[in-house]
Amino acid sequence: MLRSLKLPFLSFLGLIAVGLVLEFGFSAFIQITALFVLVNMIMAMSLNLVNGTSGQFSLGHAGFMAIGAYVGAYLSQHWALFPEGLTALNFFVYTLLGGSLAAVFGFLVGQPSLRLKGDYLAIVTLGFGEIIRVALLNMDFLGGARGIHGIPTVPDGFGLSRFMAQYLFGSFWVILCFFFLWRLVHSNQGRGFLSVREDEIAAESMGVNTTAVKVRAFVVSAFFAGVAGVLSAYFVRYINPSSFGFLRSVDAVIMVVLGGMGSFTGSIVAAILITIMPELLRTVQQVTGVDLRMLIYALALVLVMILRPQGIFGSKELRDFWRKK
Amino acid sequence: MSDVLLDVRSITMQFGGLKAVDSLAFQIKKGQLVGLIGPNGAGKTTAFNMLTGVYRPTSGDILFAGQSMVGLRPYQISRNGIARTFQNIRLFRELSVLQNVLIAFNQHVKSGTWSAILQTQSFLDEEAELRSKALALLKVFGLDRKADEIASSLPYGEQRKLEIIRALATKPKLILLDEPAAGMNHSETHQLMETIAQIRKDFDLTVLLIEHDMKLVMGICENIIVLDHGVKIEEGNAQHVRSSQKVIEAYLGVEESV
Amino acid sequence: MQDFVQHLVNGLSLGSIYALIALGYTMVYGILQMINFAHSDVYMVGAFAAYYAAKWLGIENQPGLMSLATLLVVSMVACALLGLTIERLAYRPLRKAPKLNILITAIGVSLFLQYAGQLVFGADPKVFPEVMPDITFFQWGDLSLRSSDFTVLIVALLAMVGLHFLIHHTKIGRAMRAVSQNSSVAAMLGVNPDRIVAMTFVVGSSLAGVGSVLVGMKYPKIEPLMGMMIGLKAFVAAVLGGIGSIPGAVLGGLLMGLSEEMVVAYLSSTYRDALAFGILIVILLLKPAGLLGRYQVEKV
Repeated sequence: MLRSLKLPFLSFLGLIAVGLVLEFGFSAFIQITALFVLVNMIMAMSLNLVNGTSGQFSLGHAGFMAIGAYVGAYLSQHWALFPEGLTALNFFVYTLLGGSLAAVFGFLVGQPSLRLKGDYLAIVTLGFGEIIRVALLNMDFLGGARGIHGIPTVPDGFGLSRFMAQYLFGSFWVILCFFFLWRLVHSNQGRGFLSVREDEIAAESMGVNTTAVKVRAFVVSAFFAGVAGVLSAYFVRYINPSSFGFLRSVDAVIMVVLGGMGSFTGSIVAAILITIMPELLRTVQQVTGVDLRMLIYALALVLVMILRPQGIFGSKELRDFWRKK
Repeated sequence: MSDVLLDVRSITMQFGGLKAVDSLAFQIKKGQLVGLIGPNGAGKTTAFNMLTGVYRPTSGDILFAGQSMVGLRPYQISRNGIARTFQNIRLFRELSVLQNVLIAFNQHVKSGTWSAILQTQSFLDEEAELRSKALALLKVFGLDRKADEIASSLPYGEQRKLEIIRALATKPKLILLDEPAAGMNHSETHQLMETIAQIRKDFDLTVLLIEHDMKLVMGICENIIVLDHGVKIEEGNAQHVRSSQKVIEAYLGVEESV
Repeated sequence: MQDFVQHLVNGLSLGSIYALIALGYTMVYGILQMINFAHSDVYMVGAFAAYYAAKWLGIENQPGLMSLATLLVVSMVACALLGLTIERLAYRPLRKAPKLNILITAIGVSLFLQYAGQLVFGADPKVFPEVMPDITFFQWGDLSLRSSDFTVLIVALLAMVGLHFLIHHTKIGRAMRAVSQNSSVAAMLGVNPDRIVAMTFVVGSSLAGVGSVLVGMKYPKIEPLMGMMIGLKAFVAAVLGGIGSIPGAVLGGLLMGLSEEMVVAYLSSTYRDALAFGILIVILLLKPAGLLGRYQVEKV
């Protein structure tokens, strides 16, 4: 039991080390980018479970993210479980609840996915994302189109700066997400996901309840997308419905495709690259005066599909590369 | 208690105006090896698809060990103890040979999600045990050395074998083999038929076998059911079927039209 | 009553535009079993092609039949060429790839066109030239029938009649139907599938071109992201009618236009865009083959 926490703990220490470097060596701007990297890592890993491991296709993950973000933002302004002094714990509760409501919606969206394949599922999930956005626009108690301002953030304390507090909070969820998904996928459950991706009819004939497997993939994935949403609300401290539009979903798809569908470490690497790319492109943008980001992403999607459809990592994981072939 | 394992009661499958299988009825006793033969398009695979829940019969009933299988989903039927292979090989192509077998074990796995997440000792033990069981099963067919290879990279004959292993891994009472010898040469086919006879003994199985080529099943099947245009035209032992005028006509009719 | 007739006319003219675009989705789906996500952006490019052509030819202020015909031709040619290019460069290399990869490619192409559009045309909305004089020729209480609605209906009808002729009375049309029924058999019979696919893209895209000019007449604001919403609705229309079915796309488009108009008129306009997805989810749950579609059983 304790042994199983060893790797997660070591990885957390590693992330803390990176955080310390960021804290003392880099500007506030780079720091906020690092927080986005954490959010996007969770987003990409969560989508990878559905699009990569299970072979389904969600184009509406921003919808789950939105649900998480709104729950997290609303609760932090209106409700506290733990008293003053233990405020930090509240934020864990909010995040869990945000993820949980997103998971409930994941269950509902997972239902049509039982009947629908590829293209259709993509459109339905896209529709789901849009419906969530339109619904949020019409909910006045959640600020309507104006959204929610002044969202509290993870409290600092114990000598931690605000960045460090946010960063540690985000890192905790990244580690949780990674090890949860990794271990899930490398168990009999994970083999169920893979069998559905490979051949549903064969999977059913081998006794795999493909319905349950697909719904489970959506529920787990939606939970972590919701968590990513909560984190983004606490990092940016301002959300509105258009923060979670179609392009947000596409961002996640791009990360999963570039990283290699089915590879969690690939998703992580791609999340880092995609999040810092706009910064690298900044100089180009100053010369041309236009936002080339989406143009490059779009080209990359097409080129990857034609030239290297398995993405950067394929379905391999980072560790497979230093294992002897 | 009767020793009838599978009791097919007048099942019909209608696609639009076409009756692919029409009022098919037969019984299989426990431990039997039965052949289902007939010319192309006779409805053999459609019959399999009804038995395994891929299609729901338009009418009729299927009793397996006394229980009706009609209306159950394929995975439920598999869990009741009917396993199958596919005519056009449906392996989990991009997964390893070992994973293909492990997936078939899934229905018997006890560890839950949380024990996997927390990597409990019982989870780790069970995983190790599944692995060694799978390797043992692969060894029966000489595929254990290829356990880590990608399924689609296997040569054709081994892919067919892997499908049979995968079906066996579900621990079935009845196994349905859909043209297991398709695409094999004469000696491979002969060897395969012997293996099938062997596993029937070793795994205490009942076998229903589809074969296009009549001669192949004659040697090993105790009972042979002949389908033509969705209708059962003959049933009996090899000798009986071989001498049946109807069977000869059905097969000759096909040859003429080719 | 007058109100209702007004909405009926509006809904039909909107619906006929959806139908034109839906035809492109349904034809490509019929042949390749893929959703051509980029179709809606081809339509957007068509609108801009007509816009710039009107400027260069100096006919932006000369509404009339001549201008309408010219812009229709320009837009159709531009869309057809673009559709052909996309098929050749992006989709053809993936003909045998897994469906998911083709889907991702289509999304990539769609995004590429949207953002290349912003780069080339600018992100600000432009005003589409007046193509036909828009007069109110019938007024009765609240009911006012405008000529633009009828132009839209007539042009759309002509385009559909043309399509019907092409599909049922020409050699290439027969080949298209053959491929969409059963591509492997069609290939055996000597139909060159690549040529048929290319032709399908040409025809489908030029219908989108017609649609883009008609939309420009009705809603004269055009911008590079204009394709997305209308494209999704047209796609839903195609699914509603039964994807792969040509009469289905027309029926679906008309129903889609009518229901949208009625929802906005009698319920609330805020849910206008969510309506399409609502319809989609209901149809997929209740009758996934659509109203006129064939249901296909996967072969085992």
